[in-house]
Amino acid sequence: MIPNLTTTTTPRAYNGHTSIYLPTIATIEDVHNETELEKIYTVRLPGGQNLGHTPGQFVMVSLPGVGEAPISVMSSPSRTGQTFRLCIRNAGDLTNVIHQLKPGDKVGIRGPFGRGFPVDLYKGKDVLIAAGGLGLAPARSLIDEILDNRANFGRLIILYGARSPAEILFRDALAEWNERDDVESLLTVDRPDEAWLGHVGVITRLFEHIQVNPYHTVAITVGPPVMYRFVVMELLGKGLTPEQIWMSFERRMKCGVGKCGHCQVNHRYSCQDGPAWTYAEALAFEEAL
Amino acid sequence: MSLYILSKEKLPAFVEALQAGFRVVGPVRTPTGFAFEEITQADQLQLDYTTTILPPKKYFLPQRETLFKYHTGSNPEGAQSVDVEPVFQDVQPTVIFGMHTCDMSGIMLYDKVFSEGFRDEHYMTRRDKMVIIGIECLHPCDDASFCKDMGTLTAPPIYDLHMTEVDDDYLIDTGSEKGERLLLNYSEAKMATTDHMQRLGRVLSAKWPRFRMRLKMSKDQTPSLLTLGYNAHIWEELGERCLACGSCTNVCPTCFCFDVQDELDINMQDGERVRVWDSCQLHEFALVAGGHNFRESKASRVRHRLMRKGKYIKQVHGLSGCTGCGRCERACLVDITIPGTLNALHDEMKVESGV
Ligand SMILES: Cc1cc2nc3c(=O)[nH]c(=O)nc-3n(C[C@H](O)[C@H](O)[C@H](O)COP(=O)(O)OP(=O)(O)OC[C@H]3O[C@@H](n4cnc5c(N)ncnc54)[C@H](O)[C@@H]3O)c2cc1C
Ligand code: SF4
Ligand code: SF4
Ligand code: FES
Repeated sequence: MIPNLTTTTTPRAYNGHTSIYLPTIATIEDVHNETELEKIYTVRLPGGQNLGHTPGQFVMVSLPGVGEAPISVMSSPSRTGQTFRLCIRNAGDLTNVIHQLKPGDKVGIRGPFGRGFPVDLYKGKDVLIAAGGLGLAPARSLIDEILDNRANFGRLIILYGARSPAEILFRDALAEWNERDDVESLLTVDRPDEAWLGHVGVITRLFEHIQVNPYHTVAITVGPPVMYRFVVMELLGKGLTPEQIWMSFERRMKCGVGKCGHCQVNHRYSCQDGPAWTYAEALAFEEAL
Repeated sequence: MSLYILSKEKLPAFVEALQAGFRVVGPVRTPTGFAFEEITQADQLQLDYTTTILPPKKYFLPQRETLFKYHTGSNPEGAQSVDVEPVFQDVQPTVIFGMHTCDMSGIMLYDKVFSEGFRDEHYMTRRDKMVIIGIECLHPCDDASFCKDMGTLTAPPIYDLHMTEVDDDYLIDTGSEKGERLLLNYSEAKMATTDHMQRLGRVLSAKWPRFRMRLKMSKDQTPSLLTLGYNAHIWEELGERCLACGSCTNVCPTCFCFDVQDELDINMQDGERVRVWDSCQLHEFALVAGGHNFRESKASRVRHRLMRKGKYIKQVHGLSGCTGCGRCERACLVDITIPGTLNALHDEMKVESGV
C-alpha cells in the first residue's frame, strides 16, 4: 500500500547543471495579491520548460544576495504548462523581499524536490483533504489534479480552516468548489468577524459534519505542525488506518538534496523521502510530530 | 595490490618529489598541538603525531565554501537580470599525508554522502584530485580514543597508499593504481620481501593489546541501545550540562551538516552563495517559520547528535557515524563524551529492564 520508502523521484536537477546548488533563473510573469500576507506568483522557466512535478513536491526559491527557501508548488501538474504557481507568505527575510518583486523580475528555482502525494494510489478512492492555513497551497496542487481527472476518484471532501476571514486563501476556488456537486467542501475560521456566517472554530470541528466510508477513503492533511495531532485523532476516530493518512512535514531546509542535515526526521531526510509521509511512517519516527 | 618498502631516511625525498606536482598536506606541530596544514618542507611532517584538533575534513569539506557567484543588475531596457556561475573551490591536486585510520573512515563516509543520491560536484571534483596516504596507528592517541571499539583501528579501503612504521622502514601498501604510480615515480620504494611481510605482521599483531576498549557494548549494539533509550533520563541530564556551543560537531570527522548563506558585495550587485559548517547542537538548526522548533531543548539536540552517531547514519549510509577518534571528548568543556553517554545509557537500560 505504501510506496517504497526510498526516494521515489529520480535524482535529477532538471536543467543538467553541474552543481546541484545552482538555481535556474526564472521569470515572474504575474504577481497576485491573495491576502495581506500571501501573494501568488506565476513563474516561467527559461524556454517555458515544464516543471515536471507531482502534487506535494516543492522547489527551492532563491534571490541571490538574500537567500533561498523551500516553497510548495501550488499548481497541479494538470494545470502546469509553461508556467507554474507558488503561493508565498511573507514570513521573514527572504519572503519579505520576494513580496516586493514585480512581473518581469527574476527568481532562482531549483527542483522539484521530494516525495509528493502519490496520486495514483488515491485513484478509485474517496479523498478527504484537511488543510490548515497556508497548507491549502500544497493541497491545492492535489485538489486541482483530482478535479481535472475527476472520474478517476470517488468523493472529494475538502476541509479548510483559516485563522480569520481575512486570511482565507483562494476565495474563487472555494466558491467554485462550493458550487460543484462533485465536491463537498467545508470552511471554518478560528476568529470570525461580525460579517462571518459560516463555521467557527478549529478545523477539527468540521469533522462532525462529515461521514466517510473508512474502507474507501484516503485522507491528506497539510498545515502547521500543531494541527496534525488533532486532525489525525479525528481521522483515526472515523476508522481510517495510519496507512490511509498522508501528511506533509514542514522542516527547515537548506539544500533540498539530502546533504545539509537540516530537514532530518529520525534517520530520514524530509527533503528527499518527504515532505509527504503516511501517518504509519510518522509513527515509526520518534521525532515526527 | 602490492606491498613496498621505503627506508625512513628516503621519506623526505619522496615528500619533496611529490611537492613538485601536488599541494602536500600533513600533520605538523603548532603552538596549540598538532594540525593538518600544508607543508613546505619535508621535515615539518610529524608522522608520529597523536591527534589533531580539527580532522583533515577541512580539506574535503572546507569550513566555508563558495557554491556559486552571482551578478544582479538591470539591462539597458531596465529589466532586472541575474547571472549565476558555479564555483568549484579548492580543486587542486593534493596529497594528504599521514591520515590516521579513523580519519580515513570519516572520509569514506563523506564519499558516500556526497556521491549517493544527488551527486555533489563541489565535493566530488575536489575529492577526485586528492591522494590519501594513510599511516597505521601503533599507539592510541590518548585516553579519549575509542577507535578499537568502533572498528576503525584498521585502514578502510579508500587509501591510495598506506604506510606502517616497521623499525627503520615504512612498509607501504598500495590501495590504488594512482598511489602505486606515485610511489614508483617519486620514491625509491622497492617491492617488499617475505621477510618484510613477516615483520609487518608482527608489528600489526603487537599493536592491538595497546588499545583499550571503552564501550560496555559492541558497536553493532549501539543502534538498538539508542532505540531503547530514546526516552531515557540521561538526555535531560546531558541537556542541562551542554552549553550548545557546537564544538563537538565542528571537530568531528563525520559531521557534514551545513548552512547556506548569501554574501553580498559592497556594490550590492555581486556576491556569492556559500555553505558553512553548521551544528545540530545550535538552537536555530531545526527552527521553522511560525517559530516552531523541532528540537527546542538542548536535551533533544544532544540526543539527536548521539542518534546520528550511533544509529541514523548507519541506517542511511551503512557506515558508522562515529569513528571513535575522541575529538568531541577533547573539545567539550563539560565532559560530554560518546563512550560516557553510551555507557550511561547502557546502565540505565539495564536497570530498567531488570537484567
Ligand atoms: C516543504 C516545505 C514547503 C513549504 N511551502 C511553502 C509555501 O508554499 N508557501 C510559503 O509561504 N511557505 C512555505 N514553506 C515555508 C517557507 O519555507 C518559510 O516560510 C521560509 O523559509 C521563510 O524564509 P524567510 O527567509 O522569509 O524567513 P527567515 O527570516 O529566514 O525566518 C523566518 C522563519 O522561517 C524559518 N525558516 C528559515 N529558513 C527556513 C527554511 N529553509 N525552511 C523552513 N523554515 C525556515 C526560520 O526559522 C524562522 O522561524 C514551506 C516549507 C517547507 C519545508
Ligand atoms: S562523534 Fe566524537 S569520537 Fe565520534 S567521530 Fe565524531 S568527534 Fe570522533
Ligand atoms: S562540545 Fe559539549 S557543550 Fe559544546 S555542544 Fe557539544 S556536547 Fe554541548
Ligand atoms: S534540506 Fe538539506 S538535507 Fe534536506
